[in-house]
Amino acid sequence: MSAIFNRRAATVARATLVALCALVILIPTVAMLWVRTPWARGEHRRIVQPVPFDHRIHVTGLRIDCRYCHSGVERSASAGLPSTQKCVSCHTQLWRAGSPMEPIRQSVATGRPIPWRRVTQLPDFVYFNHSIHVNKGVGCESCHGRIDQAAEVEQAAPLTMSWCVDCHRNPAPTLRPLEAVTTQGYVPPGGDRDIELAAVLMKRYQIHSLANCTTCHR
Amino acid sequence: MAAPPDALQPYPVVGALPDDGSLTRDLLGPNWSASRAWWPLFIVSGAFAVLFIVAIAFTVVKGIGVWGNNIPVAWAYGITDFVWWIGIGHAGTFISAFLLLLNQRWRASINRLAEAMTIFALVNASLFPLLHLGRPWFFYWLVPYPATTGVWPNFKSSLPWDVAAIATYFTVSLLFWYLGLIPDLAAARDAAPGLRRRRVYGVFALGWRGRAREWQHYRVAYMLFAGLATPLVISVHSIVSLDFSITQLPGWHSTIFPPYFVVGAIYSGLAMLLMLVLPVRRIFHLEEVITRRHLDNIAKLILLCGCLLAYSYVCEMFGAWYSGNVYERFAMLISRPFGPYGVLFWIMTAANVLTPHLFWSARMRTNTIVLFVAGVIIWVGMWLERFVIIAGSLSQTFLPSSWHLFIPTWVDWSLLVGSVGLFVFLFLAFLRWVPFVSVAEVKRLRLDVQRGVAERSAT
Repeated sequence: MSAIFNRRAATVARATLVALCALVILIPTVAMLWVRTPWARGEHRRIVQPVPFDHRIHVTGLRIDCRYCHSGVERSASAGLPSTQKCVSCHTQLWRAGSPMEPIRQSVATGRPIPWRRVTQLPDFVYFNHSIHVNKGVGCESCHGRIDQAAEVEQAAPLTMSWCVDCHRNPAPTLRPLEAVTTQGYVPPGGDRDIELAAVLMKRYQIHSLANCTTCHR
Repeated sequence: MAAPPDALQPYPVVGALPDDGSLTRDLLGPNWSASRAWWPLFIVSGAFAVLFIVAIAFTVVKGIGVWGNNIPVAWAYGITDFVWWIGIGHAGTFISAFLLLLNQRWRASINRLAEAMTIFALVNASLFPLLHLGRPWFFYWLVPYPATTGVWPNFKSSLPWDVAAIATYFTVSLLFWYLGLIPDLAAARDAAPGLRRRRVYGVFALGWRGRAREWQHYRVAYMLFAGLATPLVISVHSIVSLDFSITQLPGWHSTIFPPYFVVGAIYSGLAMLLMLVLPVRRIFHLEEVITRRHLDNIAKLILLCGCLLAYSYVCEMFGAWYSGNVYERFAMLISRPFGPYGVLFWIMTAANVLTPHLFWSARMRTNTIVLFVAGVIIWVGMWLERFVIIAGSLSQTFLPSSWHLFIPTWVDWSLLVGSVGLFVFLFLAFLRWVPFVSVAEVKRLRLDVQRGVAERSAT
């Protein structure tokens, strides 16, 4: 009987088996690593807005509080975007001309709101309420990053479930006094690890560790 | 035959078999050419498999609202089919692993068929819970892996246990089956007509040459796998039964469930094994390989399992009555026998409790027609048992105001019928291209019988 395989067959067979095993390990490993990268999560992805609004000028330069424009943040689920009227309350006086302001002028003329693009988007199956966080001492900065340094706003946090849950299980380190909620670049008075202040704030704002499924998935 | 005839054992474990060379030719012959009936059967079963795929696609695209399930009957055909199929698989492992460890030599000529039945039944079984997820593409959420969610699956729920049990069972069954196939694939490689066939079988034979060292490793590995697979016969269906018994639903909430389900599983699998072995034995003229001893032994096992199952039925009812709980008593003693699905309960009881008692008669145990018909009856009866337990218990629970009957839709029926079609399709492919009787083991058995060492341990 003549040979049915040539001399290399055994090597090919062994290599194939090894490659198959490697694939079985490699594919899930790569997938698990990928979802942990900022690319998979959409962090720092550039989102071009209809108006090149620069937070650096308004927050750092003019010291306008977050809540002047995002006025719903203390009272409702959504922080809200300013109406065009709020923009033009200043911009009828200064910086009226120029093509970057064109969408604002259009909005005033037509009465249609400016189509801002959402930057920090949570899935629809997650119930999120801004007011409870802001009123219990979670700073804007904790989720949205250093807005005072942002020429364009981008997603600053991973927004994975474990990112939410880490804080929900142990809220103390993230808390700050209500006076400092909108502060950018906040440092606790006792330094980064101010355990005493954290304990005081937990008690003052009656904060519980809410890590039930139904806290967010209602 | 060198062995003296045994007064207690009228049938030989192998008949008059030719020498090894002819045996290889006879047993592998069906793999080289299709018989006339094969193509029509293959195409018809393939059409049913397509129906299965269509029903699956429809379920995935539209959502499981296309099934008849609704609150309170949230589990119906899907879970019934799942438990039924996975139960059928258990007889294969029972025969291939359990009987190997117990040194029951008669398993040699039917273990390959039984193992193939296990694999194909498991393929069907694992599809149903996946479809029942509603969003099957997220099935991996049931697996404990380091997720970015910061949470693990609920280890207190029996559903993640199910995933572990089924995955383990499928892996071990597949490897065990394949390991047993290797010497036969090598024989097929050497005996196959044409270079192309020899190459294909050669790839799957993994370079087996039949050297003494290879056989030594093979035997050890085979025994180890049998040792791994044997506890799975008990554990897998126990875990499946816990899906029900750890809930508080009357009709499910019963401590007898694990042994009761395991016995029922082996019982249904043996019934289906009869439905497969008898036609195969007849069509391929294997009367000397699968002898009356095999039929006799399977029938005896069916009788044993049938009695144990009847005992479990009685225990279940007794437990409900003895508990003194009005809901338990209502579910088991009123709703189940006399409720809306009462007819099914009585058909099930007749099929599963009465049928096996035919086999007290030695003549019935070797009558192929009686065996086949009994196999079909028990096979259907065991499906009904799961349906009565699952949908029957859910339809009439604590609050009469929320009672609701389950009516299957065409998708439910298509999934059930289609899964049988897929099974037959896969089994026909197996008969056509895979050595479906373990040639190596039959040869060894024949040799041992000639030497007179098999009969003592074969009974």
